Amino acid sequence: MTAPLLVFGWGNASRGDDALGPLFIERLRARLAPGELARIDFLDDYQLQVEHALDLVGRERVLFVDASLNCAAPFETTPVQAQRDRTFTTHAMSPAALLQVYVELQASAPPPCTLLAIRGERFELGEPPGAAALRNLDAALDWAQRWLR
Amino acid sequence: MAFDLETAATPEGLRRVAIDPVSRVEGHGKVTILLDEANRVQQVRLHIVEFRGFEKFIEGRPYWEVPVMVQRLCGICPVSHHLAASKAMDRVLGAHPVTPSAEKIRRLMHYGQILQSHALHFFHLSSPDLLFGFDSEVQQRNIVGVIEKHPDIAKKGVMLRKFGQEVIRVTAGKRVHGTGSVPGGMNKHVSREDRDVLQRDIGQTIAWAQDAVAIARQLHESNAGLYDGFGSFRSNMLSLVRADGAMDLYDGVLRARDTAGQIVLDGASDQRYFELIEEEVRPWTYMKFPHLKSLGRELGWYRVGPLARVQNCDFIPTPRAEAQRQVFVAHGQGAPVHATLAYHWARMIEALHAAEVIEQLLADPDILSGDLMSTGQRVGEGVGIIEAPRGTLIHHYRVGDDDLVTMCNLIVSTTHNNQAMNEAVRSVAREYLDGQELTEGLLNRIEVAIRAYDPCLSCATHALGQMPLDVSLLDADGSVLDHVLKSHDGSLRRDLAAPVGLPA
Repeated sequence: MTAPLLVFGWGNASRGDDALGPLFIERLRARLAPGELARIDFLDDYQLQVEHALDLVGRERVLFVDASLNCAAPFETTPVQAQRDRTFTTHAMSPAALLQVYVELQASAPPPCTLLAIRGERFELGEPPGAAALRNLDAALDWAQRWLR
Repeated sequence: MAFDLETAATPEGLRRVAIDPVSRVEGHGKVTILLDEANRVQQVRLHIVEFRGFEKFIEGRPYWEVPVMVQRLCGICPVSHHLAASKAMDRVLGAHPVTPSAEKIRRLMHYGQILQSHALHFFHLSSPDLLFGFDSEVQQRNIVGVIEKHPDIAKKGVMLRKFGQEVIRVTAGKRVHGTGSVPGGMNKHVSREDRDVLQRDIGQTIAWAQDAVAIARQLHESNAGLYDGFGSFRSNMLSLVRADGAMDLYDGVLRARDTAGQIVLDGASDQRYFELIEEEVRPWTYMKFPHLKSLGRELGWYRVGPLARVQNCDFIPTPRAEAQRQVFVAHGQGAPVHATLAYHWARMIEALHAAEVIEQLLADPDILSGDLMSTGQRVGEGVGIIEAPRGTLIHHYRVGDDDLVTMCNLIVSTTHNNQAMNEAVRSVAREYLDGQELTEGLLNRIEVAIRAYDPCLSCATHALGQMPLDVSLLDADGSVLDHVLKSHDGSLRRDLAAPVGLPA
């Protein structure tokens, strides 16, 4: 059965701070009580792809989580609107492009979606997440627990 | 001796055009073109602009971790790395062959990966090129007809991709970071419940895959002059085939055909690939250039992937795809099809084959029960070769007595196609750029030629992330005439003072 909330983090666990998305999913799960977990589906992947549009179907709200080099520390949140941008036909879509796929597949508006961008610094293969990135992750998790209530 | 248009005789007197990056491929690619004062093309190169060693990421790890860890090398074809590493470690442990159940579940996983990857490439990454990318009025009218006939093309692409991902999930354990395949076999069967769900949808999946082949074929036949000529050049072709010559994307022996389609290598054991293939380093790019040792560097380079596989095999062992292969071969009128855009047609024939194989395997009781693990006498070294969606993928490992990997060598599909992608770009440049000013349409044609190979530059070179489009024009003195930066949102900014990037 589809849970009303979806929390979807992406990134590569072996590429330094790119691990923030999957780590967010892992640590948020550990923080929540069983009653809260029952209302949430969790998903992680390397990057956004077209088929993820189908994972949004039937949700009340969606939280996207990704590491970012461009946002302010410790994190930024922004509502996501459907838009056909240049990532529409790439191996790594933007959240906005994914929502556009949803609109075209479902012929309806997507659920409200929020992007949580957590500040990262280094994305090298084989490196663990940095200390600053992990502090940013903790702050983002605190915010997410409030968002989920 | 250099390849035609690879190195200009007097590059210091030429004008430089750089296209950076090549969008809609994975990783960083950059094309530089040197023009003389009459705007004639003198040099064309596809550069790879970043490199860090994959092998160092793997060496020193315990062998049992490797099939899982290699999935983190690339987010595009993790299943191919997962299975190639598993096959190599089977050999390391002497656990070859694996049990029938293990092999069939691995095959199911692999053909699920082929189906979802091919569907994504055709319906989403390449469809803008194929449906809208060429600017002739006649072509656009033909394309409008295709769209009107197939209004739900995008939805079919997503659903085919989703089905392939589900096949991966039920065999690998998860959609990503799967752990199903292990050295020596598999760690789980397919559940009856999961099998039943997939069987419910496989008929529709095959029907959609047949539609996809029809669309690809229609595109070719509706404008054969363009599709057969665009970015075309002659090359050898390399792939695995089954011992009896059938298409086999999971396992087999190495076969190569020459530019005329004659077999020049056949029945070669995958364990001896290093006696057959040599990788050449050239100073202007991080990506190596493999070639067949027996033919040498100038004659021995080859193409891999769908175009090679569909023509290297003697037949496809599933009926619908075999019928389509025969149509494809007949299109060549007795000669190999060398057209770059024929990759798309061949890719959809393979997608149909993958769907048919999945149907067969879902009906096989061995995926539900039976022994999953093999054992044997450990030999400490092994090679695993698999036909990944983009082409032949080679994993080679040595493991010490302490279970740690001491040597790792990977040759990924995009590396095999390095010379071919350069040739495709040169072919387009010869036809469309020589003597003309640079336009967006001309630049797009270069990208179309590269994208036909579905390259994973990230995988081939371990590049990461995205870069803005960077196009620079330099005169014969090296002065910047123009420099345009294109951001991710498509906005353009001119900045003559900004650095212009790599040397040509």
